[in-house]
Amino acid sequence: MSAAQSHYTGKRLERREDYRFLTGAGQYTDDITLPRQSYAYFLRSPHAHARIRAVSTEAARAAPGVLGVFTGKDVAAVGGLPCGWLIKSIDGTPMKEPKHPIIAESRVRHVGDQVALVVADSLAEARAAAALIEVDYEVLPAVTDTATAAAARTAIHDEAPDNVCFTWAIGDKAAVDAAFARAAHVTRLAFINNRLIPNAIEPRAANAAYSRGDDSYTLYTTSQNPHVERLLMTAFVLGLPEHKVRVIAPDVGGGFGSKIYLYAEETALVWAVKRIGRPIKWTAERSESFLTDAHGRDHVTTAELALDAQGRFLALRADTTANMGAYLSTFASCIPTILHATLLAGQYATPAIYCRVQAVFTNTAPVDAYRGAGRPEATFLVERLVETAAHELKIDPAELRRRNFIREFPYASPVGLTYDTGDYQPLLDRAVALADAAGFKARRAASAARGMRRGLGYSCYIEACGIAPSNVAGALGARAGLFEAGEVRVHPTGKVTVFTGSHSHGQGHETTFAQIVADKLGIPIEDVDIQHGDTGKILFGMGTYGSRSLAVGGTAILKALDKVIAKGRKIAAHLLEASDEDVEFRDGKFSVVGTDRAKAFAEVALSAYVPHNYPLGKLEPGLNENAFYDPSNFTFPAGAYLCEVEIDPGTGAVRIERFTAVDDFGNVINPMIVEGQVHGGLAQGLGQALLEGCVYNSDGQLLTGSYSDYAMPRASDFPQFAVELAKGTPCTHNPLGVKGCGEAGAIGAPPALINAVVDALWEEGVRDVRMPATPFAVWSALQAARR
Amino acid sequence: MTVTVGLSINGRRQEATVAPDTTLVSYLREVLRLTGTHVGCDTAACGACTVLVDGRAVKSCNVLLAQLAGREITTIEGITPADGSLHPMQQAFRACHGLQCGFCTPGMVMSAIDLVMHHPHGTEAEIRQGLDGNFCRCTGYQNIVQAVAQGARAMGR
Repeated sequence: MSAAQSHYTGKRLERREDYRFLTGAGQYTDDITLPRQSYAYFLRSPHAHARIRAVSTEAARAAPGVLGVFTGKDVAAVGGLPCGWLIKSIDGTPMKEPKHPIIAESRVRHVGDQVALVVADSLAEARAAAALIEVDYEVLPAVTDTATAAAARTAIHDEAPDNVCFTWAIGDKAAVDAAFARAAHVTRLAFINNRLIPNAIEPRAANAAYSRGDDSYTLYTTSQNPHVERLLMTAFVLGLPEHKVRVIAPDVGGGFGSKIYLYAEETALVWAVKRIGRPIKWTAERSESFLTDAHGRDHVTTAELALDAQGRFLALRADTTANMGAYLSTFASCIPTILHATLLAGQYATPAIYCRVQAVFTNTAPVDAYRGAGRPEATFLVERLVETAAHELKIDPAELRRRNFIREFPYASPVGLTYDTGDYQPLLDRAVALADAAGFKARRAASAARGMRRGLGYSCYIEACGIAPSNVAGALGARAGLFEAGEVRVHPTGKVTVFTGSHSHGQGHETTFAQIVADKLGIPIEDVDIQHGDTGKILFGMGTYGSRSLAVGGTAILKALDKVIAKGRKIAAHLLEASDEDVEFRDGKFSVVGTDRAKAFAEVALSAYVPHNYPLGKLEPGLNENAFYDPSNFTFPAGAYLCEVEIDPGTGAVRIERFTAVDDFGNVINPMIVEGQVHGGLAQGLGQALLEGCVYNSDGQLLTGSYSDYAMPRASDFPQFAVELAKGTPCTHNPLGVKGCGEAGAIGAPPALINAVVDALWEEGVRDVRMPATPFAVWSALQAARR
Repeated sequence: MTVTVGLSINGRRQEATVAPDTTLVSYLREVLRLTGTHVGCDTAACGACTVLVDGRAVKSCNVLLAQLAGREITTIEGITPADGSLHPMQQAFRACHGLQCGFCTPGMVMSAIDLVMHHPHGTEAEIRQGLDGNFCRCTGYQNIVQAVAQGARAMGR
């Protein structure tokens, strides 16, 4: 009863959203200016840690154009920003959840913490007035170092005197210890997964309006999940009625995780807007983005891999300290735990795994999910261990992986996940062939002849996407459901508007989702419109993160389409004077099986809205269905990446010569878009490994607070990536057979690059190079090895 | 205090009377409401605000309107045909999937036009170098580089 013919699925359709983006007709939050617009400026703490003795706002209030000045005292009764995932420590105690005020009350805890909100007729006036605010700070010692935060003498929150948020663990420690005791070889590494700043090119922004006529609020904001934003803001922070607040995330200029969270700024704007009586707009300056967007990664890790004499993995043991920053951001606690430690099996049948995670508070910006979110940290840990073991045991890295791949599915890992499907060997074989690994020796010799060093690095990643199911996530501490909602509104003319709870901020849902819908209904894609990002239009939505949109949101749409077709079948049966069972739906037509009697989809739609000849006694008019879909499992994309670098030993400069990626994303709806997602993920992953690093000094000042100091990847940093989508293994538990592709590149790329750098310098004694592998880092590693 | 400047924006002569510290981008976005030109940073690094001044790519966050007397300004809106079609460079970006979130895109397209007009027949390496003033966080630049090469061919460059 579905359209059998596929006209759009699998095709490289040009994107339908591109015309508006290419012509400047996109509508991003800062593009929206409302009647009687006013502007907000946040005065921020220049100190990483200080007590606020007094705030004097009289002069600011009297400044020209000022409409309001608010400090922590004004919002003392407002709730703190909540964390959506409860993690319990090994001893059973809940994680420490100190209040995260929307404006700092008595203490500031990181540089950039909000101290006052100034609203004025113009941004210039708001900024000028903020300069007149006097804050009397008692500066306190700052805690900024992840590794030593728990040993610091200064407590950032009274609730966590040792700065520890939680100490959590997963796995069978006794089994792991026993395996290490009988291992023929143990590989050990200690490393830092470097802290990153997301840097979506559109800065965060918000524009809040209040309508006195019906006591309702509208918030335009840069969000990946407007419904979640509304729920958290109304129910947990401001105590506003959820149904009187509309959150619109219009065109959003990239997110990468950083726009998932409920932030202080938009919350403060909604709190203030009724008091001001005019719409309030705030747009982050880039320097504010650096200081206040939730950062990513920041783990300090030790890891060990136990192998037997044949090179089979016996056990993996890891201990990591994860920096939460000054406050717990919306999903901070689940990143180093549920999304990190559960991935430590990777693609390998390691029988025993144990991981302990200590999360600490520091006087730095909050840390949360950034593209990959826990999975890049897990992949880096596993793939650096595997590659190092291969070098130590003098086994070809591809061969060592071959000996340890999981071969039978479904596979229940020792860290709680059940992989439904996968086939890893062909991915690695194909990547090895595409990368011409066989020719590497000759290329290395040619480099050496020029005084250069050449290295080849491997990375075989596993990802877990579309976090699910809700009840399992709930048992693990999630405070929200992880389903998705979709609605299909068929119009009388047979045109279709689809409302999805997923949110597109670059992913191209308006195209991919329309491809699915048009094929399912057998109608031209021009007859399908995809709507997202507005709580006033969309029934509900959990939003876009964790590479979940197509697997979860797309399936919700498919479920709604099934209902549309089921009802259409009944309408058609009536029109065709046949029984429901005798009517099938194929290629956009309802027909009586075995006859040429048929009704087109549009005819049935018209009949639903002009029900003159209609089974009104047993069927409601109209053709509008919705569905909620809660997946039964994660999806498990996987891939094999090879990176080849050339290094100048004189300067330590690393050049990426080749990068090869072969990914299994299951079924692919639009290969052009999927390849684009891989390209972007690779650039962020290679950016982490080669260029990017967030640095705070010991006083808690952000040293990498501008594009002059934080090395954003540029076009000239990369070669053309060789990206291939494998035929792959379709996901077995969603009807599309899709797995998710948004984060793969960022997950798989960093260890491939570092493995390549270490491979290039292994003969000279280099065993590890820190990320980012800047010329200084590489040169220093080489000098240390030579000493 | 204000200054009055006569200039042309997207082919239209106009006199602008503004505060002397008004940047070109704030005039475009806030006064003319030409919001296709975006602001992504505060240090003239990201390139999202790139427009053409007398045919050369300029970061409009980094130039005062008062400096532009007699100049011809072209924004993304100015290169877009009125009939719903696209400029060859815009078309190449669409065909090559050279954009994702779209935020850097107008600046990227304007830089690309300057690049191929003044450095025709560029190699891949030259195109990559030529785009170094424009950040894109979504695409990894791969399809942008292809789009610029394809757009150049379509423009006869």
